[in-house]
Amino acid sequence: MLRYLLQRLLATLPVLLVVAVVVFLLLHLTPGDPAAIIAGDSATDEQIQRIRAGLGLDRPLITQFVIWAGNVLSGDLGESFFFKMTVSELIRQRLEPTLALALCTIFLSVLIAVPLGVVAALRNGGWLDRALMAFATLGFSIPVFVLGYLLMWLFALRLGWLPVQGYRRLSEGLWPFVQHLILPCVTLSVIYSPLIARVTRASVSEALTEDFVRTARAKGLPERRVILRHALPNASVPIVTVIGVGLALLLGGVVVTESVYSIPGLGRLTVEAVLARDFPTIQALILLSSVTYVLLNLLIDLSYLVLDVRIRYR
Amino acid sequence: MNATAPEIEFEHAEAGVARQGALQRALGSWSVRIGGASLALLVLASLLAPWLATADPTLLDPINRDLLPGARATMTLLSGETVPHVFHMGSDAYGRDIYSRLLHGGRVSLVVGVAVAVLSLCAGMVLGLFAGYLRRLDLILMRLMDGLMAIPGILLAVSLVALWRASLVSVIAALAIPEVPRVVRLVRSLVLSIREEPYVEAAISIGTLTTPLLFRHVLPNTLAPLIVQATYVCGSAILGEAILGFLGMGLPPLVPTWGNMMAEGRLQFNQYPHNVFFPGVFLTITVLAVNLLGDGLRDTLDPRFSRRGWR
Repeated sequence: MLRYLLQRLLATLPVLLVVAVVVFLLLHLTPGDPAAIIAGDSATDEQIQRIRAGLGLDRPLITQFVIWAGNVLSGDLGESFFFKMTVSELIRQRLEPTLALALCTIFLSVLIAVPLGVVAALRNGGWLDRALMAFATLGFSIPVFVLGYLLMWLFALRLGWLPVQGYRRLSEGLWPFVQHLILPCVTLSVIYSPLIARVTRASVSEALTEDFVRTARAKGLPERRVILRHALPNASVPIVTVIGVGLALLLGGVVVTESVYSIPGLGRLTVEAVLARDFPTIQALILLSSVTYVLLNLLIDLSYLVLDVRIRYR
Repeated sequence: MNATAPEIEFEHAEAGVARQGALQRALGSWSVRIGGASLALLVLASLLAPWLATADPTLLDPINRDLLPGARATMTLLSGETVPHVFHMGSDAYGRDIYSRLLHGGRVSLVVGVAVAVLSLCAGMVLGLFAGYLRRLDLILMRLMDGLMAIPGILLAVSLVALWRASLVSVIAALAIPEVPRVVRLVRSLVLSIREEPYVEAAISIGTLTTPLLFRHVLPNTLAPLIVQATYVCGSAILGEAILGFLGMGLPPLVPTWGNMMAEGRLQFNQYPHNVFFPGVFLTITVLAVNLLGDGLRDTLDPRFSRRGWR
C-alpha cells in the first residue's frame, strides 16, 4: 500500500513538470520582448529593465526556466502590472467566490446525480432511465452561457425570485451569499450532474448483477439496505473517478459562468487578464488550475484505497 | 513479397464489407438519423446563407436598432436607397438583421468545428500511431500528453488566443491543440491492441517497413473509433468558438459569429433578450445534433466505446 502511494505520488511529477514547461514557454512563444510583454503596454523602460534583470531574461532559456520555477516554488508568482499588485495577492482576493461556486456545484451535483443514477439503474430501460440519458445528452450539449442566460431571464428577470447578477461575500451574511450563489450553481450543475448520473447508472447496474447482491437479497435484507450497503459502495470507484474527471469541465465552466453572472472570482480574473494580455496572471492561473486538477485526481486515486479493499491488498 | 500481396488485398476487401455493414447499422439508429438530418439542414442553411439571408449581415442601420422579431421597417442600404424590410428575428443594437447574421454565423461555427476536428485528428493520429508503435517515443510523448491534458482545455485555448491575437486561423489552432492529447491517447490504445493482431505480424514477417505498415495496415483499422471521436471534437470546437466569442476573445467583433452576437446582446439582455436567445438556441441545436450523431455512431460502429458507458 505504501508502495502504491509512493508510485502514485512520483507519477504526478512528470505531469507537473510538463505543465510548468508549457506555462513557461507560453510567454516565450509570443512574438516580441518577454520583459515588455510582462510589463504590459503602459510600462516604462526602467520597469522593463528591472523585470529583465529579475527574471534573468538575458540569460539562456534553461537558466530562465530554473529561475522562474524557483520563484514559483517559493510562492512568488510574479507581479501583475495591469492590476498593480503581486499575482499571489490578486489570486488571494479572488479565491473565495470561485471556491464557493465550485464546492456548492459539486455538492449539489452529487446530491442530484447519484440518487438519480441509482434509480435509473434500478429501472434499467424504463422511461426514467431513458429520460435521464436524454437529459444527459442535452446537458452535455447546452452551452453554459446559454443556460445561464435562460435561467437568469426566467428566475431573476421574469419571476424576480433571485438577484440577477453579482456576488456577496459570506461575511456579508449567509442569506445574501446563498441567494447570489443559487443560479450560478444550478447552471453549472446542469452541465456537471448528467456526467455523474450516467456513470452512477452504469456502475450501479453492473454492481446489481454481482453475486453478493443476490446473496444479500436472498438472506432477506430490505432492498434499501441492499443498495445502500452493498451495491453503492462497490460501485463507488467509477463514480468518484468521474467526479474528478468532471473537475476539468467545471474549471472551464467557472470561467464562463462567472462572466455571465458577474462574479468577481478567478474565472472572471482569467478573462480580464487575457483581455489585458497580462501574462504573469494568465501563467499563474493556468498553473494553479492545472496543479489543482492534478492534486485532486491524486486525492481521488488515493481514495480508492479506502473505497476498494481489492486495491488495498494488491 | 509479390506472392503474399493478394492475401493482404483480401484482408482489405473483408474490411470493406464490414464497413458497408457498419454504415447500414449506423443509418438504422435514430440518434444518427435525427442528428445527421439536423446537421445536414444546418450545413445546407450555412452554404445557402448568401441566398437565404434577407440583408447584408454587417449592414449598420441605427434608425432600426433593437427591433423586436417580426418587425417591419424601411432599411437604408449603403447606396442610400431605402427598401421595405421584415426583421424576422428582430435587429440588434446597431440595427443589423439578426436572422441574416445568424445564417452567416453558422458558417463560421461549422468551418471552425470541421477544421478543428480535421486538424486535431490528423495531428493526434500521426503522434498516436508512432507512440503506439515505437516504445521509446511512447514514454516521452505520453508524459507530454498527460501534462497537456492536465491544463483545462478552455484555459489553454484562451491563453493561446491571447498569445496570437484572434483570427480564424489562430482560433482554430487554439481550439485544436487542447484536443490533440485525447486523440493521441485513443489512437495509441487502439494501436497497442491492433499490433498484436496476426495480420500485423504477417506484414512484419514479410518485411514491411514501419511507416507503410502503420499507414496501410494499422491505420485503416482505427477509423471507426476515430470517426466517433471526430464528431465529439467537432461539437466541442463549435462550443469553444462560441465561448471565445462570448468572452470577447474570438474573431473580431465585426465578423458575424454566434458568440459575437451573444457578447453584444448580453449588454442589453434585460430589455432585449432575443439578441442572446436566437444565437443561443441555434448553437444548442447544432452542438446537440453533432453529439447525437456521435452517440449514435458510437453505439453502432464501435461496441468497445458503448461498453465504457461514458466518454
